[in-house]
Amino acid sequence: MSLDRFMDDALSEWMKGEGADADIVISSRIRIARNLRSIPFPMFATDEQSKEVMSQCYSVVSRGALDKVGKFSFIPLSELDDLSKRVLVEKHLISPNLADESRNGALILSENEAISIMVNEEDHLRIQCLFPGFQIREALELADQIDDIFEENLDYAFDEKRGYLTSCPTNVGTGIRASVMLHLPALVLSQQINRILSAVNQVGLTVRGLYGEGSEAIGNLFQVSNQITLGQSEEEIVDNLYSVARQIIEHERTARRRLLEESRARITDRVLRSYGILRHAYIIDSKEAAQRLSDVRLGIDLNIIKNVSTKVLNELLVMTQPAFLQRYARQKLSPEQRDLYRAEMIRQRLAPSEGAGQQP
Amino acid sequence: MFCQECGKKPATLHFTKIVNGEKTEFHICESCAREKGEFIPGTPNSFSIHHLLSGLLDFEPTAPSGMAKPQEGLRCENCGLTYTQFGKLGRFGCSSCYTYFSDRLDPIFKRVHGNVVHVGKVPKRAGGRIRYKREVEKLKHKLKSLVEREEFEEAAKVRDQIRDLERKLAGDHADG
Repeated sequence: MSLDRFMDDALSEWMKGEGADADIVISSRIRIARNLRSIPFPMFATDEQSKEVMSQCYSVVSRGALDKVGKFSFIPLSELDDLSKRVLVEKHLISPNLADESRNGALILSENEAISIMVNEEDHLRIQCLFPGFQIREALELADQIDDIFEENLDYAFDEKRGYLTSCPTNVGTGIRASVMLHLPALVLSQQINRILSAVNQVGLTVRGLYGEGSEAIGNLFQVSNQITLGQSEEEIVDNLYSVARQIIEHERTARRRLLEESRARITDRVLRSYGILRHAYIIDSKEAAQRLSDVRLGIDLNIIKNVSTKVLNELLVMTQPAFLQRYARQKLSPEQRDLYRAEMIRQRLAPSEGAGQQP
Repeated sequence: MFCQECGKKPATLHFTKIVNGEKTEFHICESCAREKGEFIPGTPNSFSIHHLLSGLLDFEPTAPSGMAKPQEGLRCENCGLTYTQFGKLGRFGCSSCYTYFSDRLDPIFKRVHGNVVHVGKVPKRAGGRIRYKREVEKLKHKLKSLVEREEFEEAAKVRDQIRDLERKLAGDHADG
């Protein structure tokens, strides 16, 4: 079945591509919230009304309106079991909210998984575009194009004064949330991170952990996104995020250089120790795994570790999550069992393959 | 308002539970909320932006004390959501809520976004006029920076574009 592909591959096709500043920016994302004019927002819609939203969205896909952008699957959430939903959450293709709380929720997913559109989440439509590396403007361009297609086919709730109307007042106006996922180990190690993050908060941006709102920043990964959606144009929002992220990237680069200059031996030891643990550990919990993977990623960027690709690390970031491990093990796992499987999976992925780099 | 459970601490969580159409309102403190955890959507210890927001929305800047709270009767005629419910949930019920509550939204948007008027994208369907207006604003902005940089040749082109658009706008106006 075609859906299995979305579940089995940890790394979405889009993540295999290269992006600018990929040593620090893991991914760039644009999310656009839109609603239909004549139907109450999902939280207040009747069963019948939310089905109507679903069928209108389905007909946009089945009519082939999205064909010029790519090939799409329409997946009603009711067709998925709980584990599959969790896997999609871990791959950032749907939100926990859509997985657990939506009525008549659906996912419209492009073949390379770069575009995922949630139906009947907090808003009727949530268009999401993901790019590898630092490509936030490219993501905006694509999301905008998809928004135009839906707009031609649906009657959007729009008000001249307030802009695009959304369920939550925090999204009204442009309905846009632009975010970049940054790996900032050197800023954390040199204890500059809090100073930088509080500065970020003062310019209308917000910082979260890997899995969004309320989640902890594990593995030195930070998601920086805009907070303001009303009174700024889409371009301003993205330009603001771009220039702030640009500055954080430069700070991280400087901090990395300084680490190498001032404590090369210590940082090399830290990186190689973590690499050794990941290569040989028999039991590892998710928090330790995330921290060690962050060290190894830094080691690759600093050229301390040469035979591992960042791609494997991106993959492991998703594969070591609870639902993915259970999918891999083909059974329900207790937390203790997960730690065993996690260690096994990491050992396998990091094992030096004989022909690595020498294949014809 | 004090917590309706223990009656000792101030009530910090307000929510409405609807079971089979029957509404029950809760006003409780955090520690009682934690004890009654099972009743509460989105578990009380995970404080999200919406909790924070509903705190903001409860704020009534203009009501003089002693006067009956004016928002109590306010309700969206389309979906039935009252302003009070909106304040507690931190969510609108439908697109018409924005119209029915419009007089009260400026201070909220001001607090959340620092702005009250949309300046971004406009759907093509919403009519050419708004789009033209936005385009003119954008071009005027561009013109200014071109003049500042003394790129007069480019500036002249932009000025012509603005004229064209303004002529179109005036034409539309005459038609309708």
